[in-house]
Amino acid sequence: MVFRISPEQQQLRDSALRFVRENASFERWQKTVVAGQEPARGTWRQMADLGWLGIVVGEEQGGLGGSPFDTMVLMEALGSGFVRDPYVGTCVLAPRLLEHAQSNAVKAVLAAIPEGHAIIALALGETDGGFGLADVSTRATRQDGSFRISGLKTYVPDGVDATHIVVPVRTSGALHERNGITLLLVDAGSPGMTTMAFRSVDHRPVAQIRFDDVRVADHRVLGAVDQGHDLLEFGVDHAIAAELAEALGAMDAAADLTLAYLKTREQFGALIGSFQALQHRMADIAMACEETRSLVYLATAGLSAGRHDRRRAISAAKARVGQCGLFVGHQCVQLHGGIGTSDEMAVSHYMRRLRMLDMRFGNADFHRSVFAAMARGAVS
Amino acid sequence: MAVSSDPQQDAFRHDVRAFFAANIPDGMRAGARSGRRPSVDEWKALQTILFKRGWGAPSWPREYGGTGWSPAELYIFEQEAAAADVPPPFHQGLENIGPIIFTYGSSAQKAKYLPRIITGEDWWCQGYSEPGAGSDLASLRTRAVRDGDHYIINGQKLWTSYAHVADYVFCLVRTDPAARKQAGISLLLIDLKTPGIRVRPVKTLDERHHVNEVFFEDARVPLDCLLGEEGKGWSYGKVLLDRERSISAMLSLRLARQLDHVRAHAARVRRGGRPLSDNDAFRDKLAQIEIELMALGYSGQRIIADTMAGIDTGVRSSMAKVRWSELLQRTTELWVEVLGYDAALFAHAGSLSNTPLPADMPGPMLSYLYGRVTTIYAGSNEVQRNIIARRSLGL
Repeated sequence: MVFRISPEQQQLRDSALRFVRENASFERWQKTVVAGQEPARGTWRQMADLGWLGIVVGEEQGGLGGSPFDTMVLMEALGSGFVRDPYVGTCVLAPRLLEHAQSNAVKAVLAAIPEGHAIIALALGETDGGFGLADVSTRATRQDGSFRISGLKTYVPDGVDATHIVVPVRTSGALHERNGITLLLVDAGSPGMTTMAFRSVDHRPVAQIRFDDVRVADHRVLGAVDQGHDLLEFGVDHAIAAELAEALGAMDAAADLTLAYLKTREQFGALIGSFQALQHRMADIAMACEETRSLVYLATAGLSAGRHDRRRAISAAKARVGQCGLFVGHQCVQLHGGIGTSDEMAVSHYMRRLRMLDMRFGNADFHRSVFAAMARGAVS
Repeated sequence: MAVSSDPQQDAFRHDVRAFFAANIPDGMRAGARSGRRPSVDEWKALQTILFKRGWGAPSWPREYGGTGWSPAELYIFEQEAAAADVPPPFHQGLENIGPIIFTYGSSAQKAKYLPRIITGEDWWCQGYSEPGAGSDLASLRTRAVRDGDHYIINGQKLWTSYAHVADYVFCLVRTDPAARKQAGISLLLIDLKTPGIRVRPVKTLDERHHVNEVFFEDARVPLDCLLGEEGKGWSYGKVLLDRERSISAMLSLRLARQLDHVRAHAARVRRGGRPLSDNDAFRDKLAQIEIELMALGYSGQRIIADTMAGIDTGVRSSMAKVRWSELLQRTTELWVEVLGYDAALFAHAGSLSNTPLPADMPGPMLSYLYGRVTTIYAGSNEVQRNIIARRSLGL
């Protein structure tokens, strides 16, 4: 069934677009984030007050128990603006990993999400790890009722000022094996953790974290020991769908700016939008945005399917939206000409964000290979 | 993916599936699977099969002998047709002039022409393009001059598909040379047996005869072959825009099926000791097309859902035409690559060999060659981009 926006979702969308105008405009982004003036989690409190942090958290944990389509509507709107708060990691991915936990300590972390008191980062990448979720070599051994983690996680988005880190560790099996991966919820700042802070070209915080014999209590396991891969994949698929919607919002916004520029900029005594070469490029951009919209709906609908169909839908959409996003980002800069390369132009910030969104959770080539390896109709 | 989970639609789908299973000859299916374009005889046979079931005009309203199906039912019908390898139709009477006649024609014209289109007794071709009027169709020069109760027609049409087997041509002609471009154009329904009309084949790059030149030399046709009003011929095509939405929504279905055939073919041929379908580079290319087709398929379903909800779908039909034709070309290019050296075995040469061509040949090559026209016909993809830029982007 084709997605149709509900009246409630339309309200959410309107409210998110208003939020973008008032709190996440490009002008504000320049004065605060780009100028290095914005504290971490600049709009987090407001998003908590709007109820957005608990959209997918269950009602018994203080959330709204909403659907992935609610997340999609919100993320598309937020993607049109400039928000660097750790929404997807904390409010989309983490709830999926924490929602079935039995431990009271973990339940408490989940319940802290809607109020904005928990920031949960995923320690996603490792040196030589690539994009595969099974590429985990960071080891954890079990002794005396706890795990001890040692290793280096090289890509921990939002990890700089998180309150908790979900750390996939290898508790058995060989590198690349799905079996043998365990997910541990680690308190930030645990003894033995060394965090190195970076930021990416889209001004988002990224951490590298070294674990030297870091102790984590047994009850901090998410899912079952050695069986964390599929749970992680489930959560990551939800995060991917949310970020595809964000990419759509960014693409449409960049395309709107570019179209407006074609209608105001004059060269050779004419509006540059009167030149057919540029009209056709703009038509290609519009087609890429339209194709992306279909894929965002398709991916979000796919989240409720069984594993095989869900994975196919997500990897197909992730691959193609990555390509379309980079096409739109690059061509919007191109059509602006020299000014498009300026740090002062929003279009260059959208392009940088779209570059990072393609990379996150595996780039287009990676997901196309994953898709290609899944036999049509077969269940792996 | 289902358009909806309506039980009535499930029952309908079941009916359609059972009908195709029981009534489409194996030879017809094999043709579709091989990539070969159906012959005119096959199309006529198919039309007869559908007519007998009452489905001769799937997209027409009931009052004119159609099925009265909703866009969702049409979509299901097309899904099942694709899955059953029913040859894709090419019927200018059904999809093009029929709807113009039942919308703008006189009651005499409706009674005379419509039933015979549905039965397949009359085959129609479209006389639009001319040597000097391709993308710029409104610059057409074929003239129709009134002479008593007749028009006298002089001029030349080009790229007229299947004029050599058609009974009628619907023709855009200039009736008022003084009027501005589009305003002087009228639409005539012309019997191809009229003296003064000559059809000459144009062999295309696939070495087949699909298209023709049609010459009019003082061809006299009665005034009642004028459709609607003089000078309004250009505007009647607008009625097709609504239909175009349904058609563009369904474009991905048969192409997705064709991609299945490419995949199956790649599993039968071996490269370096392994099935080609296991080759990483090939798999990535196939996956790329399949992913883009998934997007096109979903876009089609959105067009249908929006049409049924009364929401304007804007230029999305133009977008679908561009993406579909590009993907069709890439699919058929990939199919030719699957052939490897066998791609050279296009036809028998001389009398040295009476060995049959390999069973898979030369369908993929033919579909590749014919596919080149899809980005050109029905408004070239460059014209479609002009339309998108003008209508949707305001450029």
